[in-house]
Amino acid sequence: MKITIASGKGGTGKTTLATNLSAYLAMNKKVVLADLDVEEPNSGLFIKGELVLEKACHKMIPQWVSDECVLCGKCEEVCNFNAIVKLSEEILVFPELCHSCYACSELCPTGSLPMMPQKMGALKHVKADNFDFVEGRLDLGEEQAVPLIGQVIDYVDEHFDDDVVKIFDAPPGTSCPVIEASRGSDFVVLVTEPTPFGLNDLKLAVGTMRVLKQKFGVVINRYGIGDASVEHYCEEEKIPLIAKIPNDRNIAELYAKGTLIYPEHAPFKAALDDMITFFGGFK
Amino acid sequence: MREIVVISGKGGTGKTSITASFAYLEKENCALGDCDVDAADMHLLLDADFNHQEDFYSGEVAFIDEDLCTNCGECKAVCRFDAIDVIDEQHRVDPISCEGCWYCSRVCPTEAISMKVQKAGDFYISSTKTGNKMAHAKLGFGAENSGKLVAKVKKEAKKLAETGQKEFLLIDGSPGTGCPVISSLSGADLAVLVTEATVSGLHDLKRVYELVKTFNIKAVCIINKFDLNAGVSEAIELFLAEEEIPMVAKLPYDETFTKALAQAQTIVEYGESGLSTKLEESWENIKVIVRNM
Repeated sequence: MKITIASGKGGTGKTTLATNLSAYLAMNKKVVLADLDVEEPNSGLFIKGELVLEKACHKMIPQWVSDECVLCGKCEEVCNFNAIVKLSEEILVFPELCHSCYACSELCPTGSLPMMPQKMGALKHVKADNFDFVEGRLDLGEEQAVPLIGQVIDYVDEHFDDDVVKIFDAPPGTSCPVIEASRGSDFVVLVTEPTPFGLNDLKLAVGTMRVLKQKFGVVINRYGIGDASVEHYCEEEKIPLIAKIPNDRNIAELYAKGTLIYPEHAPFKAALDDMITFFGGFK
Repeated sequence: MREIVVISGKGGTGKTSITASFAYLEKENCALGDCDVDAADMHLLLDADFNHQEDFYSGEVAFIDEDLCTNCGECKAVCRFDAIDVIDEQHRVDPISCEGCWYCSRVCPTEAISMKVQKAGDFYISSTKTGNKMAHAKLGFGAENSGKLVAKVKKEAKKLAETGQKEFLLIDGSPGTGCPVISSLSGADLAVLVTEATVSGLHDLKRVYELVKTFNIKAVCIINKFDLNAGVSEAIELFLAEEEIPMVAKLPYDETFTKALAQAQTIVEYGESGLSTKLEESWENIKVIVRNM
């Protein structure tokens, strides 16, 4: 089973939920947690373990080889992302604009733009006490998170069987990185808070999930601090409310330290039990 | 005109509440832009009127004309985004996977594939309750190109500031370090980094500051919830000192943030709390710094 933990609004508790659920569930199940928030990966701050693998991740970028090039300008013409410019005597490639579509490379009549790997980030695989943890980390200045997210998901799929529960910690928002982190999953858990911001961003996330035809449900974090509008919305829209995590400064303090919450906080642990029940014990 | 961008790396640190408070304090002397187009929220605190709306088009999606298509499979063979599949014996495009690169349409032997420009979202200019104008947007569900929509919001917000002869342009940035943030930052005079005293807050602050440095933009920092963890708070202050980033405010963990929000109010207008005074002081500090640049 694959579950993505996402949210429209940032800072609602995705990482807290993903790390705690993974550790708690791992007492009875095989679990792998993958941090797909590659722009700001935080799950690893809460997980201690042994590094099994660390490798560079690449995207494919055309590289101009001048020998055979006749400067016909076909490459510039077919690039829809303005990543290639033909000058009077050379071809310039702007890697940060390239989407790796291969059109310039494969449509070049002289084969003068072979695709070459260029580093965009790194992947790390850690064996924690009782579960596996995989993290993607985008290099700073890299604009496109989606290709790296895709590679991390592929790594998880290749290295873990279907009987392993796969939990994906998604980036915040509603655009391409979240879509990439959600679309292959069996279920998406949207974490929100009971405030006008939480509700507004939840509606955006729900809209995106519906476009993706994705199954999803809601967890309300910091329950009790705001109003009942998120609950009413879920009721009206017939969205399953999976669990409620109470508002409590102690949780914020445990999180601030970088420790797991559930061993020290019974109501939080109860919320995790609600989740596990909702998913039928992840059988 | 001075452009101030508020960013955070990590989400949920109080960035939008703080930006809206500054906007409330500065009243009509500033123009506003909400560049967190993925999850735009500032309009809720400032009672934006959505007075002007435009459709925002960006990015293209391939469309196969089934009458012309011979199902030769050439398009599927060249697509690097797995956006073309055969469903019911017909090649079809999955618009969400399509990157809009045109490769398929260029190689199609029967010219059956055309590219259609997509509506990526809505762009708005609003008047707010503080008397200032705000450029903001709503990204379409499942749409791409949020970086381009951010660029549009920034461009229009800048126009608002220039034509209105405002002293400040105040931008609410987006979380992360990728394309929306890079678009939010470009051309700014000052970055206000909002962080919180948690291990994640510190980690994300360091990363986003590395990015800010590459743009050669001066930064100041606000530590929110500084009293959640004394050790982390100290580590943040140490980092700021090392990097010579002025700290313009240290705010305690205070549920006023959420309570004001629930009333659709900025912190500075929501009754008396120690937070208001601290935010007023920090905005004055920021103005001094940016005026002396």
